[in-house]
Order: sequence, then structure tokens, then C-alpha cells
Amino acid sequence: MGLPGRGLAGGLATTFRTMTRRSITQQYPDVSPDLPPRTRGVIALLEENCTVCMLCARECPDWCIYIDSHKETLPATTEGGRERTRNVLDRFAIDFSLCMYCGICIEACPFDALFWSPEFEYAELDIRELVHERDRLALWMDTVPPPPPLDPGAEEAKEIAAARKAVAAPAPTGDRHGEGAAR
Amino acid sequence: MSVLDLLLRLVLLLACFLVLPLVVGQIEHKAMAHMQSRLGPMYAGGFHGWAQLVADGVKFAQKEDVLPAAADPWVFRLAPALALLPYLVVLALIPVGAGQAVVSADVGIFLVLAVMGIGIIGTVMAGWASANKFSVLGALRAAAQLLSYELPLVLAAASVAMAAGTLSLPGIVEAWRPWWLLWQLPGALIFLVAGLAELSRSPFDMPVAESEIIFGAYTEYAGLRFALFLLAEYAGIVVLGALTTVLFLGGWKWPFLVGGLGWLWTLVKTLAVAFLVIWLRVSLPRLREDQLQRLAWAWLVPLALVQLMITGVVRVMG
Amino acid sequence: MTQELTVGVGAGELATADMVLNIGPQHPSTHGVLRLRIVLDGERIRHAEPIVGYMHRGAEKLFEVRDYRQIIVLANRHDWLSAFANELGVVLAVERMTGIQAPERAVWARTLLAELNRVLNHLMFLGSYPLELGAITPVFYAFREREVLQAVMEEISGGRMHYMFNRVGGLKEDLPAGWLGRTAEAVAVVRRRMADLEGLLVGNEIFRARTAGVGVLSAELVHGYGVSGPIARASGVDFDLRRDEPYLAYAELFAPGGPGRVVTRSAGDALARFECLLEQVHVSLDLADACVDRIAALPRGPINVRLPKVLKAPEGATYAWTENPLGINGYYLVSRGEKTPWRLKLRSASFNNVQVLAEILPGNLVADMVSILGSMFFVVGDVDK
Repeated sequence: MGLPGRGLAGGLATTFRTMTRRSITQQYPDVSPDLPPRTRGVIALLEENCTVCMLCARECPDWCIYIDSHKETLPATTEGGRERTRNVLDRFAIDFSLCMYCGICIEACPFDALFWSPEFEYAELDIRELVHERDRLALWMDTVPPPPPLDPGAEEAKEIAAARKAVAAPAPTGDRHGEGAAR
Repeated sequence: MSVLDLLLRLVLLLACFLVLPLVVGQIEHKAMAHMQSRLGPMYAGGFHGWAQLVADGVKFAQKEDVLPAAADPWVFRLAPALALLPYLVVLALIPVGAGQAVVSADVGIFLVLAVMGIGIIGTVMAGWASANKFSVLGALRAAAQLLSYELPLVLAAASVAMAAGTLSLPGIVEAWRPWWLLWQLPGALIFLVAGLAELSRSPFDMPVAESEIIFGAYTEYAGLRFALFLLAEYAGIVVLGALTTVLFLGGWKWPFLVGGLGWLWTLVKTLAVAFLVIWLRVSLPRLREDQLQRLAWAWLVPLALVQLMITGVVRVMG
Repeated sequence: MTQELTVGVGAGELATADMVLNIGPQHPSTHGVLRLRIVLDGERIRHAEPIVGYMHRGAEKLFEVRDYRQIIVLANRHDWLSAFANELGVVLAVERMTGIQAPERAVWARTLLAELNRVLNHLMFLGSYPLELGAITPVFYAFREREVLQAVMEEISGGRMHYMFNRVGGLKEDLPAGWLGRTAEAVAVVRRRMADLEGLLVGNEIFRARTAGVGVLSAELVHGYGVSGPIARASGVDFDLRRDEPYLAYAELFAPGGPGRVVTRSAGDALARFECLLEQVHVSLDLADACVDRIAALPRGPINVRLPKVLKAPEGATYAWTENPLGINGYYLVSRGEKTPWRLKLRSASFNNVQVLAEILPGNLVADMVSILGSMFFVVGDVDK
């Protein structure tokens, strides 16, 4: 403790010094933020990969994913073959007014049909509008960034390890997304 | 002084009274923002948000005029006017240049100090009439504050009056000499500190301490009446700046550019004091009510008396 | 220093009546919905009672119908300023029950993230506490620093508040390339800029006048109410789980010669609590640096373990406690071998820390009430669960 008022003067000096420096404000609507690829902004749906297995809807901690489907029978492709049934997606909706942005659905999806996108500008005036139906979810796919490369100390990503194996062995067919079916 | 001349002066006064607080408010917006590493308002009016306070005014005007059910309606409605008007009167007495005051009174300093004290009654009225416990606490704090700062304020002003040998504000400026800056320095500091307390400005903003008693006496106010209280606060800063300028900083006097542009120096000095007031608010925490009392009675009053003594001794010797 | 002089008018004192004042549940200084029912004589508090529960979300009951991954989502929300530390307690409890061992890389990465989370939490209070005392600027500096750290937290976890990055057996994903460097940089920036925050408050006469000797909390009260964390250490209770019952990599960090040290004060007043918090930031930044160096030196390896499709904790019970930023956070996990816990009791730091207010508020002024309340560093979600 020196002179009385030294602490007060220190405060005044600090604020004055800050005033002479550039401020850190980011002028958001004019300048959009630079978000890292892992940012959990909104969930995108790649419909082609969805098999209506319902895992995401079941694993969701607050059950905010709505899925409707019906069964379709496909005629046998070969003479005397068996008919096959498959699930057809009727509705896939995520209620973002309930969503807790935990990402469990994306983790749970075994077919890579769900992805995180850093996009966040989808506020609505009516809370009911926050239910994004499948077409809206599909639109978010365009904004999904590629995952960031990993630290050199990290184990190889599962996808890359699987791809390496796939190159060594004959490539599986019918895999549309390339990294699907990696598990 | 012709009627037309008086009318012109009154219109000018009113314009100053309405514009200067907004200027100070805008300086506060921007200076505070940059001191906090922010930008502050950037959109209203286009260039760096210069019209932000105008926009705020429009917003306030549109708001509902809420009157609490249990409030004392007349007192509640009158309070903002009573808080604001004294500053208008004081501003009318400030000489901005040589012979340039709206009203000149021989006992200007007396009148100014007496009238400034009235503003607090507006706050007490608001606090009592609001029928809100937080408001009452705020009003009582404001009243307690009045007791502690008024004496040092008057004593500090008395020292200058004594030095100049006149109670007239223009007379004090005429008599002012640059070395008074040093001679009257303790008085100037006391006057500023006590003035901050009078305005309920940080670090003495206990009557409106938002983290303790919401907004003190103004908690229940909304819309235009609330805006009037805010205007009173910033008008208070202008008045405090102008008074400090006139009493301690030599008013319109400056080494150069005197002549007809004296009012410009008054303005510059006033705004400089206003900046200091803002700067203090940004940098300092708030004192407690009893700590202000201690500061006032244990430090400010004795110091003001010492200043008075020094002034007296120098006057007699000189 | 309290000197009171009662001035009598006429035959005796003025008759006074006590006033009941509700601070909260909507009050600027309760940071949410804590309610204090105080009885005032003038501005002096005669009696104070914290009333909690306005934000009760039934977290413990919700845990019982969620599997362990889903619990992490809920667990990181009660104290929203220490989300990572809260997740950590859950996964440590489950790991202990199931015998799963997190790989070394995960242990160090968790420690690093927990310390960054601690700095984030403390910065919040270092900014908001002065705000209560009328200093409006520190909060902006604190948030500027928080933003730097949040950027690296968001880069690795994808979240800014609710990281959801812990998993049983490790972390969700490995670090992005270059993240360690950016983290070290962020830590350096925050350490450098802490001077601004300190310049405004440390040694400031007004700040000192408002906090020194205000709201003194004795060690007996600390023990009596189960107060923990920086608040308890400011009263001279030298207890820190990171040193005294180390988890993660703390045993190594807090070993003699390591960067870890437990910050204590003896005064027990608001100033001591604030100083504890401030110094803990510096310690945590040092710990973060040590973790960054250590992770960079680790051999290549996984960051999590492969879990069974359905994760069930075997029948039994365990209690996992961690040194959260605000104090001791404990999870008592009882399992009957299901994939959900039978009971998961949450012991949150703020709940105990707030209870002691009833003891230390009476006798103080309303202005000091704010000073004391702010220095108890609580999160209402953590109180109400």
C-alpha cells in the first residue's frame, strides 16, 4: 500500500489504456463469426442414408426427434427369389425447441445420416416453427463442414482406418456416401 | 436587455439544456464502450451510432406511462419535473462568456448552490410516492447523501468566492488567475467529489445502486418520466462541469483564442469535466452509504476548512 | 468498523418497525432465481433466510430414467458454468463401477479441459462480483478473456457452455490438429491480460473498503454447513480434492515440485474469497500449461475405449467426488445392474455454500448483503438442481 488513491489511479489508468486500444467487438450481423467445424449449431439430415432404424429417436435424451415410416414390399429381383420389405421414411423432424444439442443422435446413428452443422441463424418468432421437417433438415446438409484433421498424437480416425482396409480389400459396393458403413 | 434579446437567450438556453445532456450521454456511451473494449452503439443514425440517444428518446416516448396502483399519483407524476428543473435554473445562471449569461445575479453562487439542492427533493418524492420498498430505501439513501455532501460543496465554493471577493459567477471568472489552479486545487477536488455525490454518480451512486436496490427511487418509473430522470442525471453532469469550469477552471479564459470565442472554452472545459465524471464511473466500484458519510465528515469537511483557511491567509497577506 | 449512534427524539427513541424485504427471486444480484427473505431494520439486516427451489428441475429423478450417456447431457447443466467438471463426476463414477480405465491421453486431456473450465468459471465470478459492487468494467474484461478460452473449448468440443465432451472411458473425439498450440496461446493471452482485471480491482481502495472484513465466514461455519471450494479455503480450510484425494492426473500435478498448489487465505471475508478465486485462476493457467506440454509429449494412442453396445453398471454403489470450480461436487451412484442408475444422488457445491448465508447475513447492511452474496460464488442451477 503506497499513497492513498494509488489503487483508484491504477483503475483509471487501466480503463484509459484500454480505450486507446482496438476494441474486440465482432460486429455480428455484418461480420459473421468464424466457427470451428465441430460447432454444434444445427443438425442436418442426409436422407439417403437413413434406414429408419429409430436409434436416434430412442437415444435422444428428451425425445425431440419424430420419425414416421411405412413398410414397402419390394418384388423379388430374381426369379423365385424372396420378396423384401424395407422401411420408407415418411417424416423425419427435429424439434429444436426441445433439443439440448448434445449430439447423441448423431453419435448413435449407425449409417451416418445425421451431421452437425455450425449454422445457427434459425431463430423464429413462433416456437412451433422450430420443428424442422425433413426438407429443412436436408437443406442444412450443404452447410456441414468436413471434420477437422486430428492431432498427430491421435489414433487414426475410424473412417480413415476403415478406408485403408477397404483399399487393401476389394471396395464394397453401393456405398453412396463413401464414409458410410464404416462401422 | 430587450424582450427579444431575452427570448433569444431563453431559446438558446433551452436548446443547450436539451442538447448538451445528450452529447454527454453519447460521450458516455462511446467512451465507456471503448474503455471496456467494446464499440458501443454503431447503427442508429449511421455514423458510429450518433443518433442513439435520439432513438432512445423516441422509444421512451412510445412507452406506457405506468402508475403503480398504490402510488401517490400527484407526487409520483411531479417528481421528475422537480428533479430536472433546478438544473435548468442553474444553467441559466452560468456565464458562458464575458457578459454572456442568460440571467446574471449578483449572488449567483448562492443561488446556484441553493437551487441545486432542490433536485434531491424530486428523488425523495419519487421514492416515497412509488409505494415500493426499494424506492424508499433509495430515497432515504439519497437524503442521507444530501447531508454528507452539501457542506463540503458549499465550503469549497465559499473558498473561491472568498478568493475572488465576490459572489457573482462572472465576477469570479473575471478575478480568476491561472495560479488559482494550484491555490484552489484542494477546493476543486472537494467540489468535484461532493458534486459527484450530489449527482448520485459512481462511485457515489448508492441511491440508484442497481445491484442492491434495483434502481432506487426510480424503480417504478417508465417511459417519459423515467427519461426525465435520466435527462436530469446528465443535465446534472453538464451543470457540475459548467460550475467547476466557472469556479475553478477560469471559465472562458484561456491563453489564446479569447475574444468572442470564450464560450467555446467554457464548453470544452465543461465537456472535459464531464469526461472525467464518465471515466470515474467506468473505473471505480461503488462506496457504501456510511463510507461516504465518513469520507465527507472525516476528510472533505476538514479539508474544505483547511482550504478556506489557506484562501483566507493568502488573501490577507496578498 | 461499525459505529452506531442512536439519536433519541423527545422522551425516547423513535419507534421503528422492521420491514420484510424479498431479495429475489427476480433481483439483479441473485443471478437467477435465488430468493432471500430478509427482515430489515432501516438498512440493517436482522434476519435472513435463503429460499431455494425456484429452478428445481428434478435432475436426480431424470437421471434415473436415462442411460449413462444421456445422463452426461443432464449432468452438465445443473452448474452451467462448470459443465465439464460436472460431466467428469458422472463418468468417473461410472468408470469406477464398471472398471473401465480411460487411456492416458484421455486422462491428461480431461485434466486440461477441467482446468480451462475452472478458469472460465472463475473469470465469470471475477467479472460479476465487482459488478455487484458497482464496478461495471471488470465484467467486460472477464468476458473478453472467457471468449478466448471458449474459442478453444468450442473448437475441441463443439459447445460453448454444455461441452458434452466426456464419455464413459474417455472423451468423445480426439483433439483437432493444432489445437494444443492454440490452447497454449490462449492460456498465454489470458495470463497476460489478467493484469487488466487486476489493475481495476487489486489494491483498489474502494473495492477493499467494500470487501475487507465483510461477511466473515469462520472455519467452524464452513465445517458446520459443508461449505467447500474457494469459499472454504478463503476461511483457512485447507482442503482441495485435487491434492487430498487426487483424480485424473492431479496426483502428478500436485506432487511436490509440480505446478499445482492449493490457494488458501485465513481472513474468511469477501476480500479473501475474491483473492482466492483470483489466485486460483493463475494456478489453473499454470496447470493447463503443464497439461498441454504433457499431452504433446504423450505417445500416439486412443482417447477413449470401445464401449459395449449397452453399457450397464454392475450392481453396487459408489461415490465419486471432484473438486469443481465452486466446490465439492459429488455423485452417489447406486446401480442394480440396469443400463440406467437406480439412484444417482447429486451433491452440488452451491447448495451448501448458499445455506450459510442465513448465518453470515444478519447484522450487515443491505449494501453489504450484495457484497457477501456476490462473494459466495454460487450458480442457482447448482443450488436448485
